Amino acid sequence: MTENNEAEPISKVSIVISKGSLEGVYPGLIMANGARAEGIDANLFFTFFGMDAVHKKHWKNMKVATVGNPGLHIPTLIGAIPGMSSLVTRMMSSKIEKLDFPSIPEFIEMISDTGAGIYACLASADLFGYTKDDLVDQVEGIITVGEFYTMAAGGQIIFT
Amino acid sequence: MATKSLAGQDVEVDAEGFLVDASQWNEDMARAMAKEDGIDELTDKHMQVINFMRNEYMAKGSAPNIRSLGKTSGVSIKELYQLFPKGPAKLAAKFAGIPKPHGCI
Repeated sequence: MTENNEAEPISKVSIVISKGSLEGVYPGLIMANGARAEGIDANLFFTFFGMDAVHKKHWKNMKVATVGNPGLHIPTLIGAIPGMSSLVTRMMSSKIEKLDFPSIPEFIEMISDTGAGIYACLASADLFGYTKDDLVDQVEGIITVGEFYTMAAGGQIIFT
Repeated sequence: MATKSLAGQDVEVDAEGFLVDASQWNEDMARAMAKEDGIDELTDKHMQVINFMRNEYMAKGSAPNIRSLGKTSGVSIKELYQLFPKGPAKLAAKFAGIPKPHGCI
């Protein structure tokens, strides 16, 4: 491990989650939870399809993208077969469970309990016609991009 | 590695201040380390978490991460962060004289 003790430690991160797939959401959640575990302040900001992860109807049903996802090593036409995304999602979810990773809803509840701020994007909410009532209770507010930058001031911004 | 004096005893610590030898630990060291990290007084609740971490480490060879600490210690994640705002699993492990929990969750 390389360590740079000279560098200023990170004290705050604001993480944007913009993708609505299982593999698109987990990294941002892991980074937010990991930040809090290290005593780093963290805000999570869900935008565009990423908002599904905090949508009451969708957060339990996030799926792995099987089309246009070369990392999965499944040919696109096979990935497009109906039911393929559910199948791959089930396989990956069972792996995730075996590793003792939390599910997305449990993860979001946990991150909220760590004191991290969880927000949704106003432009995306308007686009999809979502209101605060459509989103899970952990979402503290639907905010503008300007409010996001104000909140992120003095820290690092990570876009996923 | 560095040597430092904790509660009147010379101990070896790593770059983040974790004890290198868990067997050198005592409760006075926990209090001294907590003070250095901005927790002036360790309450019974703090000690409950610290002792739980230490017992788990001694029994299993590794310390629980924050998620399993919240599930098994009898103290909720919310409360854990109130007790140890700068990272409950990390700080409770440090004050317990055991290595930092390893893992991404």
